[in-house]
Amino acid sequence: MHAFRFESLTLPPEAEEMRRKVRAFLQEERDTGRYAAHRTSWSTFDPEFSKRAAKAGFIGMTWPKQYGGGEYSNLQRFVVTEEMLAAGAPGGAHWIADRQSGPQILKHGSERARQLILPKIAAGECYFGIGMSEPDSGSDLAAARTKADKVEGGWVINGTKIWTSNAHRVHYLIVLARTEPLSENRHAGLSQFIVDTSSEGIEIRPIMNLSGGHEFNEVFFKSCFVPDDMMIGKPGEGWTRVTGELAFERAGPDRFMSDIRLLVELVDKIGREPNERQAVEIGRLAAHFATLRRMSSSIAGLLERGESPVTEAALVKDVGTAFEREVPEMVRKLLPIEASLDDDDEYSQAMAHVLLHAPSFTIRGGTPEILRGMIARGLGLR
Amino acid sequence: MEDMSAIVLEQADRLFAQHIDKKVLSAADAGQWSDALWSAMEDAGLPLALVPEMKGGAGLAPDVAANLIRRSAFHSVPLPLAETMIANALWTDAGGEVIAGAVTLAPVNPHDRITLASNRTGATLQGIARHVAWGKQAPIALVLASDANGNAFLCRVPTGKARSNKTRRNVAYEPREDVDFGGVQLAASDFLPAPACLDADGLMPFGAAIRVQQMIGGMERCMDYALSYANERVQFGRPIAKFQAIQHMLAIAAGHFAAASAAGDALTETPRLGDNALAVAIAKSRCGESAGQVAALCHQVHGAMGFTQEHPLHYATRRLWSWRDEWGAEPWWQEKIGRMICEQGGDGFWPLLVDPPATAGAA
Repeated sequence: MHAFRFESLTLPPEAEEMRRKVRAFLQEERDTGRYAAHRTSWSTFDPEFSKRAAKAGFIGMTWPKQYGGGEYSNLQRFVVTEEMLAAGAPGGAHWIADRQSGPQILKHGSERARQLILPKIAAGECYFGIGMSEPDSGSDLAAARTKADKVEGGWVINGTKIWTSNAHRVHYLIVLARTEPLSENRHAGLSQFIVDTSSEGIEIRPIMNLSGGHEFNEVFFKSCFVPDDMMIGKPGEGWTRVTGELAFERAGPDRFMSDIRLLVELVDKIGREPNERQAVEIGRLAAHFATLRRMSSSIAGLLERGESPVTEAALVKDVGTAFEREVPEMVRKLLPIEASLDDDDEYSQAMAHVLLHAPSFTIRGGTPEILRGMIARGLGLR
Repeated sequence: MEDMSAIVLEQADRLFAQHIDKKVLSAADAGQWSDALWSAMEDAGLPLALVPEMKGGAGLAPDVAANLIRRSAFHSVPLPLAETMIANALWTDAGGEVIAGAVTLAPVNPHDRITLASNRTGATLQGIARHVAWGKQAPIALVLASDANGNAFLCRVPTGKARSNKTRRNVAYEPREDVDFGGVQLAASDFLPAPACLDADGLMPFGAAIRVQQMIGGMERCMDYALSYANERVQFGRPIAKFQAIQHMLAIAAGHFAAASAAGDALTETPRLGDNALAVAIAKSRCGESAGQVAALCHQVHGAMGFTQEHPLHYATRRLWSWRDEWGAEPWWQEKIGRMICEQGGDGFWPLLVDPPATAGAA
């Protein structure tokens, strides 16, 4: 069969050195009580943590120094990402900017956008949201109807975005909009813009999620002006830009480590002498986990070589998020403890917390149904 | 060097394709040992692939050897090639000379013990090993046995000296005999102190490591069959590959296959594929689960056709169902991993899986 590329990767010594560094940073953070391990690490929005992480050099790691980066390798960044997740660090404020918006601007943004924005992201002071989905186009992204019309010196955006995480507390959104009317080729005529959320003509309406949290928003653009040099790439390149951005978004450790803290708490709750069934299931989940980590690090290696493994990234996300969904389902069978939002038992709360977030794991960043279509194309079935 | 490995693999692949067809596989199903295939593999030096050059082997790098085993399984080689590769690697590591002919490994079952008592002329063995691959037909068994003081030895045992009372086959129809080594006399040159790599878990990680690579090769064969079939079989006016339901089944199977391959790759970071017992435990567990899923999904794609003797899919799937059970089925390895994790506590979970094997220890 056409084999997808998942070459073995041995992390180089400088990556392991970086692991020691980030572990020391996180240890000190916890020892001094600056944070307690969160069960949804990369969705936990904590600007103060982001600033401290930036100061220690853990944001914008791979970017050139002239833009505030550290000129580290993708593999060094990979190690920092996985250690942050393993430690339950509250990296939600800077996560999107660091993972995908920043790299997108660095690669395809204007020089002014780079100089204006990248150093602020790297300083942990500037956060991003993703403006892709719309009320009538979620999985079917090419059906986007938000429009950008050319005017003197820039573009005027009209339309609505939805499921925009953190729109109410980030500084910028990267918005996908039609710069040409819909034609036979649905992927043509789309463009990406960096939109300042403090601009005139933006209205943000909160949407509460089922766990009671406010991350989602609906964002209305009414004649919102964006300068020319805040377009990413050239007009009409939006579809290519979006798919490239998703390769960064899909294969990272954040696609199988969302509920690692529940596993850690499960192990502590069970104690040193598990019964046979507990040992078998923990062993099984660990085998899945360790394998996913290999697959994810392999993609980091491909990114490091400048490749864009779009299909492989889709595959890792599909397998990884299926695992994330399975963890709470499996865990609940191993101890007779009911999930509760306010039980005195921390573990009971952890189960409740993860259960209520789990449905999002296989939706955000592309559903399995979309990913499997991409994989099938890679297999020569479409 | 990379070119050399490619040539080795290509040649082996051609050899397997040349010597293995439906006739050979049906004959093997009926219990026939294929001399022609074994001689061809031996002439090509494949059984000595993992033996260092200075000891008379091919000295293949572990990743090339792993790929060689995967290709042999892709073609459903119905002989103990992988067992012989590992047996020779271990025997020469213990200080022995390479062994000519096919060699099987025993004991296979984690609960079986073979004991050794030395005497003036050599030693005597006691004990039964269950489910030994080609336990009668392979001329030699490499047996791990321990004496009354707990010292472990590798023994080169002509299988003709042991008893096998009942013919037993796995679901691939391959012989898996219960072999009684009771009373077998060994000459002094036929047993050697076992190398240190066998200290913790005996032969288990080594046997499991070859089954892991075999499962990956077998899964690739199933995927190949299923992808071709989906593109050829027309129903409702179009190839079934065009139906989303089929596409999603094969995408899921591809995910299992990719995960299994990644887990199997982890074993190529040590010289003999089975040296890192934790990595073997993870891989045997993950590959065993994938093997079941891939076999089921690929059968489903083939419909009734895949359930026949005529279609060759069953040569691959029946081996997958056998290999996942042998040398410890998933739960046996999973329990080991789980106990190791619980022993360390929650904070140990991440470092155990991430930090280099030196600190991870043996399963």
